[in-house]
Amino acid sequence: MRRVVVIVAFVAAIVAVVVLNGRAAGSVASGSASIRLNEVARANGIDFVHQSPTLDPKVQHIAAHIAALGACVSVADVNNDNWPDLYFTSSRFGAANALYLNQKDGTFRDVAAEAGVAQLNRPGEGAGVSMGAVWGDYDNDGYEDLFVYKWGYPQLLHNLGNGKFADVTEQSGLRHWMNSNGAVWLDFDRDGLLDLYVTGYFRSDIDFWHLRTTRIMQHSWEFATNGGKNLLFKNLGNGHFADVTDSMGVGSTRWTLAAAAADFNDDGWPDLYLANDYGPEELFLNHEGKRFELARAGLEDDSKSGMAVAVGDVYNRGEHDVFVTNISEKGFLFQGNNLRLNFLKQLGRFKEVATGVVADAGWAWGAQFGDLNNDGLLDLVVANGFISADSTRDYWYAMSKIAGAQGNIFEDAKNWPPIGDASLSGYERSRVLLNRGSAGFEDVAQAAGVTDRLDGRSVAMADLFNRGVLDVVIANEKGSALVYKNESSPGHWLELKLIGTRSNRSAIGAEVTVELGAARQRQVVDGGMGFCSQNDRRLHFGLGNQRLGRVTIRWPSGTEQVLNGLTIDQLHVITEPAH
Amino acid sequence: MLVVGEARYSILGGYDRLATTLGVCLATEMLLSWWLRGRVANVASAYITGISLALLIKPQANILWPFALGAFIAIASKYVLTYRGRHLWNPSNFAIALLVLLASDSVAILSHQWGNDIRINLVIWAFGLAVAWRARVLHVTLTYVACFVVLALLRSLIVGGPLLAELAPITGPMYQLFVFFMVTDPRTTVSTRRGRMIVVAIVALVESLIRLAGDYQLALLRPFYVSPPILALAFVGPVAMVLDLRRAGRQPSGFTGDSLIGGQFRK
Repeated sequence: MRRVVVIVAFVAAIVAVVVLNGRAAGSVASGSASIRLNEVARANGIDFVHQSPTLDPKVQHIAAHIAALGACVSVADVNNDNWPDLYFTSSRFGAANALYLNQKDGTFRDVAAEAGVAQLNRPGEGAGVSMGAVWGDYDNDGYEDLFVYKWGYPQLLHNLGNGKFADVTEQSGLRHWMNSNGAVWLDFDRDGLLDLYVTGYFRSDIDFWHLRTTRIMQHSWEFATNGGKNLLFKNLGNGHFADVTDSMGVGSTRWTLAAAAADFNDDGWPDLYLANDYGPEELFLNHEGKRFELARAGLEDDSKSGMAVAVGDVYNRGEHDVFVTNISEKGFLFQGNNLRLNFLKQLGRFKEVATGVVADAGWAWGAQFGDLNNDGLLDLVVANGFISADSTRDYWYAMSKIAGAQGNIFEDAKNWPPIGDASLSGYERSRVLLNRGSAGFEDVAQAAGVTDRLDGRSVAMADLFNRGVLDVVIANEKGSALVYKNESSPGHWLELKLIGTRSNRSAIGAEVTVELGAARQRQVVDGGMGFCSQNDRRLHFGLGNQRLGRVTIRWPSGTEQVLNGLTIDQLHVITEPAH
Repeated sequence: MLVVGEARYSILGGYDRLATTLGVCLATEMLLSWWLRGRVANVASAYITGISLALLIKPQANILWPFALGAFIAIASKYVLTYRGRHLWNPSNFAIALLVLLASDSVAILSHQWGNDIRINLVIWAFGLAVAWRARVLHVTLTYVACFVVLALLRSLIVGGPLLAELAPITGPMYQLFVFFMVTDPRTTVSTRRGRMIVVAIVALVESLIRLAGDYQLALLRPFYVSPPILALAFVGPVAMVLDLRRAGRQPSGFTGDSLIGGQFRK
């Protein structure tokens, strides 16, 4: 009899495994959702298709893996007409980048060629292929300038204000060969000039079109330190930038894929948060612009494959929380995305709370926070999928052979199994994660109308049509760019465009806290966020049913400005007070 | 070693995982042994199973149930899945194989970890070799490694990929745990030295067949090639045990072959 009881318990445990596994997918909404997104790219004039780089034949057998990057989008109001414009990068020699000017009627027109920002992917002296771009007014002349980071020489393109750009890379001191997949503008020393942090992915001595060695890969899947060195350039104010990486202590070589800058510890100085592939995330705390220090904030031993950093105040606590994308693949690997709540002030660390649909989205790349239904809570959009090729062939098994090996084996690309035409976490769908506050996040992508299965890389958000709702733009690797127009029922909202005077004119780094009843939501004007992307620097706040209270702006200069009684449902252009 | 490994390489992924697995393993062992056999068993075996599960199970973020249920199933399998009074599966092997096959939406197995650092692996190899030698199962480990190398060479010739890619898995941490502490388990291996070597060679062969299925993308077998050695042992081990026990049952009382005494083999 006792043995029967044990057998029953044993079988019950196995049944419990099956049942609990069935719940692993988390909460997925199948019916209607409060978010509705319609894809309108081609209908609205955006026909951009990304092209991946070609590489040296020595790594041809895994070129599909190495070169699956570079589809990126960044948002800026290039011509100061208060309508956001879009810049997409392509990554093959001869392929053109695209600058879509907002025509204010819901359509866009590619003006990259006439503006001089199209033909940036070329071999030879100006060698390199684009891997993304960030906008910032580095010379405070009132026009957003463009920094394009590459595998090769990056380019700084000065916005002349007449619809054209001038290449000022050489005189700026930024012509450093890098294999970069990310950059952020920030004013780390708060001198009113935008500085630039450029991340290195592959080592900077690697020329992907003239390889001298195939020993170019990571030496660890978890704690690799043989990536490209990140560089911090200080803006000297005369159009020149100086490399201050070593003196400031931010030269990580951990295969950084993305960075975001914000004041995470509330000391008034912008810090740097890095998502590193094959390694732990890093938070560099800024000590009054004099040096950065790598924080021990609970990140150092949690090694995954960080792809993107999105900063958002998840539960309206007035804090900058962090979402970092990672990899999950059924049966093979559950790294899980990280949703790290910021308890730096209270506990000196972040607390990782991702579960269910937030944790496991697939092979996740770009991500952004944004209040898509104006309910006062920040939702999440996550782009997924790595390589969509032959759907009947899968590279996961082949990659798993070397993934557990000694680092010196897979550091050499020639030891990697050929990928051929296999897929690797291909045909994954994007996620739209609706923030339900204490009830957690719910995946509403399907119900919201986001059903594409392209290899998403970069996600950016902007109120593209000036309607008081955030639209979503996704750049896809070797695929068409997508523009998801937000058709959700409009709730109340507030938008702020900040213009710095003593601070950098783009107001990048300005922190805005909006009181929503008893809660308060904090956002930062970003100089690059997510993965190879940048949101519109106009900040959008959904108000839900809450009464709008005070709006507090902490400008990068340190000036604090409090605004009361702002009219809701409109864009406010706020200029930094002189004192 | 666990503490150092956790501090340096997060090999456990959190002490809550270790505490859950060890706690359930030990409690289950004590409870079931007392309830079914009237005495509380030595928990050394349950302890090893708990450590093994905590190291090898890599589930979805922030969930603990695979450790708790895996631990219970592992230990309970020793009391439920028996033949002629002997359990057939290595407990952790059974639990991991079951989780990988039935809960692949939630559970993966250790694939890359411990920093891919050869220094760490050399320490484990040295420690593992010493343990295997002391437990008199070194022949099992070495037979498996030899078979793996030969079969890797064959696979490389068959599939045409780099030889190092085929050899690479055995340099990783999962295999270290497998070759030193799982495939050698005295309680779930056959009774003769030659038999053990044959069985472990068959395990390596079945593993290679699973690997070839992975190379040739046999979709039907995809659940198996996420963890070829674990599943190969889960298939081959019990069959070998049943055959061995049946053979032993037919032996005359004067049988002079190897026998298993106290968890160690004696000639």
